[in-house]
Amino acid sequence: MCRLALKTADTPFSPYEVLTAMEAMQEGYDGSGLGLLLRGVQFDDFNYRGDLPILSGIAHSEAALQRLDEFMTGRGYEMKYDHEFDITPGLIEAKDRLKYIIRVYKDPVAADPSPEAVEQRHMEVRLDLRRDGEEHGGDLTIFSFWPQVVMIKEVGWPLAVGDALGLQDGRIKARVVMAQGRQNTNYGINLYACHPFFIQGIATMTNGENTAFVPIKEWLIGKQIPGYLGYQSDSEVFTHILHYTLKKLKLPLEVYKHVITPLKSNELDAHPQGEFLKGLRTACRRLIIDGPNAVIGTLPDETCLLVMDHKKMRPASVGGRPGVWAMASEICGVDAMIPDRDRSLDFQPMREHTVIIPPHRKEMVIWSQFNPFALPQAA
Amino acid sequence: MVSIQSVCTSPSSLTYHDLPWIIKHREDRCTLCGRCTSVCPVQAIYLTYRRQRMPKLDILQKKRGSDYRHFVGIRQRTSIENKCIGCGMCSMVCPNEAITPTPNSNEDRSLFHINQKGEAWKRGGRRNVSGRTILDRIIFDRISMLTDPALDAGRHEFNTNTILGRILPPEEFLRRKMAGEWIPPTREIFPFVIGSMSFGALSPNMWLGLLQGVAYCNEVLGIPVVMATGEGGCPPWVLKSPFLKYVILQIASGYFGWDEIIRAIPEMQCDPAAIEIKYGQGAKPGDGGLLMWFKVSKLIARLRGVPEGVDLPSPPVHQTLYSIEESVMKMIQTMSMAFGFRVPVYPKISGSTSAKAVLNNLVRNPYAAGLLIDGMDGGTGAAYNISMDATGHPIASNLRECYLDLVAQGRQNEIPLFAAGGVGKNGNVTQNGMALIMLGASGVHIGKYIMQATSGCLGNEMGRCNVCNLGICPKGITSQNPKLFRRLDPDEVAQRVVDVFMTINTEMKKVMAPLGRSQSLPIGMSDALGIDDPAAAERLKIRYVC
Ligand code: SF4
Ligand code: SF4
Repeated sequence: MCRLALKTADTPFSPYEVLTAMEAMQEGYDGSGLGLLLRGVQFDDFNYRGDLPILSGIAHSEAALQRLDEFMTGRGYEMKYDHEFDITPGLIEAKDRLKYIIRVYKDPVAADPSPEAVEQRHMEVRLDLRRDGEEHGGDLTIFSFWPQVVMIKEVGWPLAVGDALGLQDGRIKARVVMAQGRQNTNYGINLYACHPFFIQGIATMTNGENTAFVPIKEWLIGKQIPGYLGYQSDSEVFTHILHYTLKKLKLPLEVYKHVITPLKSNELDAHPQGEFLKGLRTACRRLIIDGPNAVIGTLPDETCLLVMDHKKMRPASVGGRPGVWAMASEICGVDAMIPDRDRSLDFQPMREHTVIIPPHRKEMVIWSQFNPFALPQAA
Repeated sequence: MVSIQSVCTSPSSLTYHDLPWIIKHREDRCTLCGRCTSVCPVQAIYLTYRRQRMPKLDILQKKRGSDYRHFVGIRQRTSIENKCIGCGMCSMVCPNEAITPTPNSNEDRSLFHINQKGEAWKRGGRRNVSGRTILDRIIFDRISMLTDPALDAGRHEFNTNTILGRILPPEEFLRRKMAGEWIPPTREIFPFVIGSMSFGALSPNMWLGLLQGVAYCNEVLGIPVVMATGEGGCPPWVLKSPFLKYVILQIASGYFGWDEIIRAIPEMQCDPAAIEIKYGQGAKPGDGGLLMWFKVSKLIARLRGVPEGVDLPSPPVHQTLYSIEESVMKMIQTMSMAFGFRVPVYPKISGSTSAKAVLNNLVRNPYAAGLLIDGMDGGTGAAYNISMDATGHPIASNLRECYLDLVAQGRQNEIPLFAAGGVGKNGNVTQNGMALIMLGASGVHIGKYIMQATSGCLGNEMGRCNVCNLGICPKGITSQNPKLFRRLDPDEVAQRVVDVFMTINTEMKKVMAPLGRSQSLPIGMSDALGIDDPAAAERLKIRYVC
């Protein structure tokens, strides 16, 4: 089973802290890979202005790096910062990593400066670069291109990957860090198959398996929405469903739970928004997930969330104090990230729960699916 | 040598060894009670007096002579109209196990003579192709093992229901909801639907039993089973009862029974489950319904608004001025309107290479609530033998093709596809149904299986019985003759309906649990399917396993 850890704090901290939490949760898993997402980043050698997009990925060859430069220049993006990791060679299993890319760009002056258009362009850049890498034998892997977000994915023991990249040196810090140690059991090793998954600022990771993967994937692909591709992992659909719920259907975050694990008809009969939710369940029937899963995610505004599967078949805990919170698949992970907290306030979500840490981080919101939610116009 | 004149033969005279079934009668056990001959639906056997000559030789008187013994026995008729249909009723009633039909392992010569008086052979029943079907060979092989433990079919909660009705894309649903516009009606139903069998084809007792069983499944067990009427209307007491919500009313090209239905609308306590517009039937594509005169009793005549004792053939197509597309559109709209747009209306077509074209047409019709495709292994109450044997399309690849077509358009959630035709034909009803669901069906319709499982229909895939068209059903299932249908106890049928659906429900969980599925019906979960035939695997786009 995969290990998940998320920490969110008002003050930026080193991602290495989260890796030590992964270490605490090491018992019983094979730690075959690491996926990291940093949000609200801060570099010690660069005064990062929060609205500039950051490109994250790996170039596996000089040619790839060159094509990347040409592509970005061609699109009018000006590189402002190129992060160089203090790499300890030998600690990384893979031998074809030329450069871990963390680069900050300045957006070109565009005809349409609206936020939607900018977001759309950022995604297009990521998708075009990803396609370019795939067309060239996979020599370029691109994880994200988005303001405030850095992503790192690598094969190997999580802490070893952190050591190899020198993450303990504190040169990169962030307010939110998501980490997933991947137990690679289902599909072939592929960096794109590694959680967290990312689309337009929205990221999720999961510690289970989505047994309804194929019909959901087919439905999402059929929508022909840019970015709904990949699916090297069955868990990628969780991210896209969250994106679809928030960005395409423009529904509040709470509704995500009702989309992926709707209540039964007799439960909805007693729900104050039951009639609307029944209709929604029918319309989004193909997005109902299955199998054991705890989904941990973050949104562009630094909201963090944890959603439990409908049978509560996976562990997950949340704990912390105002200003700093942690979510992890095992409680020892929360302990490792925030040892000094009131443990009696820890929460382990049940089947109906969504835990939300709002961007102000003052409290953890426990929302039950049985409760009504604010639905502006529709219900 | 026997003289020519005494050989009684004509081109169509056959001996019982030429017939599909041969009666084995044991005279040593027979007590001549006559039950078998009176029960036989086709008078295939008769009691007969025979005289046996006993040669007598009086040695003392040096005289030869004859004595005669008389005895009574059972004999088999060999005329075409009286050929044994293998129903086995004679053995069922025989108190001494003295009689039984046995299949003739030689060829069936009666096939060459069945077309007497220029009449092509009509019969009821099925296609009569025995052996495992493609559906029987599909296995569920994606078993949850490592990261996702399999579920517990006995203890976990499962959602085994499906949706019947047009489903809007989520964006459109929200838009209409906000604008307060019409949202197409949907029903949450059990995915195994009792397929269309008309009140007319079925006896009143059979129909009552089915409806009682369905009501029990819904009201006591919470399994939302629905049944379809077939063409020919619905008894007025059902139309005006709260049970109507478990009934899919069928309208077909003869429009039989619709006067009654329309007249009953103001008095209906609830809406029907759905309206099915029949354009075709898998067992006899291109043929309309056929109720032969034997079965048009007083009650049926009243329900259908026709005279008693006349053949009731429905035209093969709906009467329409222009194109079939136009007719489909108009009928769906008209029926939707008749029920205040509160009832899903969907067409039923025969499995066909043109099914995709129909489907694409429906996708563009905002009122179409689904599509039922009926494959050629389906059954019927009456049809020409050649239609049943040789026309149509098997369901598996037809359904799969249609589903994948929807997938390619991203509309697989919008028009639910229902599949029928041979589901459970060898008894594996849940396995067959789940295979079709994972190939992309939202549910399946079962007819023959229901007849066999709930009322003991004697028909099988080896040509047994199949006289449903003649009103002589020996079990009283498809007869309007009270002497026959009194043999069928509606309560017992209802009990069997309940047995069947409880079992299907359990078996569905036994399939879903190891696949790690419990939240929703695994529609289109083709990654869970395997088949031991590479060609079929390729055609169905599932895994080949051996
Ligand atoms: S098997 Fe049926 S048809 Fe044949 S003789 Fe017996 S009762 Fe008659
Ligand atoms: S038992 Fe009745 S319903 Fe079954 S095949 Fe014979 S005649 Fe038809």
